Amino acid sequence: MRRGLLNYLLVAVCILLAPLFFSGSYLLNVLVFAGINTMLAVALNLLVGYAGQISLGHAAFFGLGAYLSGVLTTTYGWDPWLTMPVAALSVGILAFIVGFPILKLKGHYLAMATLGLGIIVYIVFNEWVDVTGGPSGLSGIPNLHLGTLVFDGDRRNYYLVWSCALCCMLLSCNLANSRLGRAFRAIHDAEVAARVLGVNARLLKVQVFALSAAVCALAGSLYAHVMTFIEPATFGFNTSVELLTMVVIGGLGSTYGPFLGALLLTLLPEFLRVMRDYDIVFYGGMLMVMTIFLPGGLVRGIPGLWHKPLALRRAKGDAADA
Amino acid sequence: MKTLLMIGCSVCLLVCSSTLALAAGTIKIGALFSVTGPPAFLGEPERNTAKMVVDGINRAGGIRGQKVELIAYDTVGDPTKAVQMATRLIKDDHVVAIIGPSTTGETMAVIPVVERAHVPLISCAAGSKITDPVKHYVFKTAQNDGLAVAKIYDYLQRHRQQRVAILTVSDGFGASGREQLKALAPRYGIRLVVDDTYGPKDTDMTSQLTRIRASQAQALIVWGTNPGPAVIARNARQLGFRLPIYMSHGVSSKKFIALAGSAAEGLKLPSGKVIVADALPKKDPQKNALLAFVKGYQHQYRQEGDHFGGHAWDAVMLLKGAIERGGATPAAIRDALERTRNFHGIGGTFNYSAADHAGLTKDAFIMVEVRNRGWVIAN
Repeated sequence: MRRGLLNYLLVAVCILLAPLFFSGSYLLNVLVFAGINTMLAVALNLLVGYAGQISLGHAAFFGLGAYLSGVLTTTYGWDPWLTMPVAALSVGILAFIVGFPILKLKGHYLAMATLGLGIIVYIVFNEWVDVTGGPSGLSGIPNLHLGTLVFDGDRRNYYLVWSCALCCMLLSCNLANSRLGRAFRAIHDAEVAARVLGVNARLLKVQVFALSAAVCALAGSLYAHVMTFIEPATFGFNTSVELLTMVVIGGLGSTYGPFLGALLLTLLPEFLRVMRDYDIVFYGGMLMVMTIFLPGGLVRGIPGLWHKPLALRRAKGDAADA
Repeated sequence: MKTLLMIGCSVCLLVCSSTLALAAGTIKIGALFSVTGPPAFLGEPERNTAKMVVDGINRAGGIRGQKVELIAYDTVGDPTKAVQMATRLIKDDHVVAIIGPSTTGETMAVIPVVERAHVPLISCAAGSKITDPVKHYVFKTAQNDGLAVAKIYDYLQRHRQQRVAILTVSDGFGASGREQLKALAPRYGIRLVVDDTYGPKDTDMTSQLTRIRASQAQALIVWGTNPGPAVIARNARQLGFRLPIYMSHGVSSKKFIALAGSAAEGLKLPSGKVIVADALPKKDPQKNALLAFVKGYQHQYRQEGDHFGGHAWDAVMLLKGAIERGGATPAAIRDALERTRNFHGIGGTFNYSAADHAGLTKDAFIMVEVRNRGWVIAN
């Protein structure tokens, strides 16, 4: 536990000091969106990594949060700070209600159902033109502000978004080490066994689904207020898949895995721009290589790479001794 | 682990920034086009044209003796990416002005960034909300959808067709068109008797057309980009549809005729003048620019220049004019842009002012008709 806290503090300090290295560069702006992606990936990991339930529709909750915040602040003139919890709460409740029938399903069927949910929500964003602005998007969403401090620059948004992301990571760490977290992992490994041992699997799955959705909605609200413009295409099927990729590449079932995955997948395209037209090929190739050679994700794979030569040398040494 | 990543990031950043070392005495212009992704059909000709025009300017000695450097980034049609790349152009590349992005969504997302940084932006997207209300640093070259609607309605009024059915695609282009079609109808004494939509990926629109045929409509206006309108044209031909069909400027390319085949014959649509550049009367003030663009593009890329490339041509040329008149600082460029009068470009004759950053009238469009698999000017 103490070690967990130390790790967390180390990550937090790195994140809070990062702007010193990036000030005056557009990468700070990219890192703002990396922060939002981190929140989404950490939230998705609660469901996929810990409880072992797949979702191909999480962009829907991201989008619902963004649109609730966007519509309530622009059309109805609500205060942005008030809309954020309202959006997160109502999306959480929605997910709770929808979760009961959906999470009865398993495996491929669950994937299909969540996929359907994502597509339905995407169609609503596109077609309900009077409210959402339709395909041409919703503009003029206000920035967040604290008194006279308006969160409009990259540095301010960086701290705003990453402090939320750090809170999510703390939540995820604590949840993983609690009784609930152990119950989730039990469901992940063997649902029947967990139920035999008295874990209310059905309720727990729905609860974690709702929590995950609420955190995604919060990330959506932040996205809306940082960008000040939203359009449905951002919340489509591609985003859902990209989020899942972040979680898988980073490492399922750990808090820092999704964080690394989100960071890598957001920053990698920027570094690959040097390769001009071949960047997409290289990007895809790298993802393939990583899944093949780092099957536990970055968070387990990279220390593994480190340990492997050490272990080999040790084995050789043993053989020489013998 | 995190620190390792951080060091990696910093090294990469150093490498990037050193390769972008300042070349002294050049004017840096940024460009954001979605060269890949769904709107690639816009971004690719735009980037090609911008490159071609900038090369041409440099061969002729630059602007006021200074060479121009074009720094173009691909935005993949994603507003988030567009914001990141706009920030990069401003903060890392220190450009004096930006042309693009290609789509209305990306432009709306980028506007707060350029307004905050006080860098002029000339968008190549069509949405009227880009310059309505007017933003201090934001201009556009693509014609407003409202102008195309006005051109069609003007034509309908002259041909005494008052009851009209509209069929619009459910994406950004169609939504904007539908809005304008509904808003402008009363001004031209036109009544919309059917207001229907279709999905961008639909492959059969017979049911909508059947409904329209059963209505009292005297004409049908279809608002969409390829391939939907071509499907509608074919369906209409199969159904023996007799009403005159008007298309939007979204399909004014040879591709549409190729997709619709013989079903395209006789369709009319408002279009920029590029596709009929040769047939324009000599006294048309745009003729010189149009021919230069069409020939230049054909020569360099072995393809026909289209409207989208034209938007980028206009953006670069407007910038060139502004820098010649005012100097190469963002503030001077903005002020000089706003004073642009009678610039005869590809998209039309531009007259910017403090109250109008779109600068065109409905004369930017011309009604054309498909005949013998080609375009002719409709009368």
